[in-house]
Amino acid sequence: MPRYAALIYGPEESPAEADPEVLAQVMAEYTEFTDKAGAAGVMSGGEALEDTSTATTIHVEGGKGGEVIHSDGPFAETKEVLGGFFLLDCKDLDEALMWAAQIPGAWHGHIEVRPVIDFSQEQ
Amino acid sequence: MTRTVEDTLRMEGGRVLATLIRLTGDFDLAEDALQDAVVEALQRWGPDGVPSTPAAWLTTVARNKALDRLRRESVRGHKEADAIRLLSDPPPVSPIDDRLRLIFTCCHPALSPESRVALTLRTVGGLTTTELARCFFVSDATMGQRLSRAKAKIARAKIPYRVPDDHELPDRLSAVLATVYLVFTAGHHAPHGALDSRRELAEEAIRLGRLLLELLGDHPEVPGLLSLMLATHARRQARLDGNGDIVLLADQDRDLWDHHAIREASDMLQTALRRRLPGPYQIQAAIACLHGIAPSDAATDWKQIVDLYRMLENTTPLPVVAINRAVAEAKVFGPDAGLAVVNAVTGMEHWHLYWSTRAELLRQSGRNEEAAAAYRKALDCDMNQSDRRFLERRLGEIDTS
Repeated sequence: MPRYAALIYGPEESPAEADPEVLAQVMAEYTEFTDKAGAAGVMSGGEALEDTSTATTIHVEGGKGGEVIHSDGPFAETKEVLGGFFLLDCKDLDEALMWAAQIPGAWHGHIEVRPVIDFSQEQ
Repeated sequence: MTRTVEDTLRMEGGRVLATLIRLTGDFDLAEDALQDAVVEALQRWGPDGVPSTPAAWLTTVARNKALDRLRRESVRGHKEADAIRLLSDPPPVSPIDDRLRLIFTCCHPALSPESRVALTLRTVGGLTTTELARCFFVSDATMGQRLSRAKAKIARAKIPYRVPDDHELPDRLSAVLATVYLVFTAGHHAPHGALDSRRELAEEAIRLGRLLLELLGDHPEVPGLLSLMLATHARRQARLDGNGDIVLLADQDRDLWDHHAIREASDMLQTALRRRLPGPYQIQAAIACLHGIAPSDAATDWKQIVDLYRMLENTTPLPVVAINRAVAEAKVFGPDAGLAVVNAVTGMEHWHLYWSTRAELLRQSGRNEEAAAAYRKALDCDMNQSDRRFLERRLGEIDTS
């Protein structure tokens, strides 16, 4: 069976400035979708990401094992396109960046590292 | 008595804040709790006297204040877990100075350089948001936002609160040193207003440099940076004349230099160089010290300064290094040799020092028309008021008839 990644793009709003009612409605819509897609057996996974202010983009200069260049914020160039993703279970950002710097895309392009929202920590 | 209390609070505050951040895992909570403890200290230390271990007193009181705050907020669910952790754990004694953890977290490469500078000065240096806003020519609101965004990233992206492992240290230490040096240059050479209008930042950078020396003195670039800052800051009194106009290094009254600081910088550098691990800060410190010990511009060891700039350019091939080397090469080999170096620099046309260096070397070569044109290009760039007045004066002095 072919598999597809559905990548979600949209306007960004920090949770602090979002209208709680709108937020609750969006959450309900997502729950409706995941229930439906789950019941149909088409969804094998998915995560929500923290907003781009938590992002760190890295590039390894000069090929594998080269110098790691960090920048604060999301990947912002237009000439490179999203080519794939890995989910990394790491104890903190340092560990995540250490692994991200070993992904070949880090020297062939860039890797944006962003935390996955942990809903079990939310109230 | 009050003075002693306030001095003690300033001296101990940074260390206590660093420990509180470790204990609470929350920059804002730690800052608020320390503020509460300081208020209590100001009330109690006057009548009772300063306790024999003020840092321990402040840490204990602030820890309780943090607990009070968490209990008040515990309706917000998950905060309770933090409160319980704080309550049940006795404050662990750490073999590592918490200020070192704090410095590495504030200077983490996942934060933007401007956030690193702001956060380091706020948390390690103890500057207020208002002071920071003034230092960096932005509004209080902008600076407040910069700080809260940085703290939010630390919390939400889980930037750890730790001293990097040995294999990570070279990279991470250079981010720390670069942050402190950014603070210094922002103070030594203000980008707006008068040249020395942000002198307190240079002094704060030197304080941070001394703290780093205490914590990480084994790494020779640490004394290298402090030596560079001391030897450069030593010339501050001679840089401006009575009218607030810039006096070039060659024309400065060397009696106004702080020779005690220059001596300290030279001694510190000598010790660092014995480790035989040279780096860009030690090389720049050597240049600053050579200027510092020279009795006059003519008696300066320009030949060695040229060699040092060449060495620096090998490790740090930046246009700003090339421009400085051009000036030194001109002193030894004449203005045309300097111009050849400037000509090889590209992409710096927005920088006033690129044009003013070219202008000065053209003038020395007798090419006055071209020099005047270069001064005009320099004046098109952004710079502080002192630099602008200086360049206008130089342009006016050129004979283009």
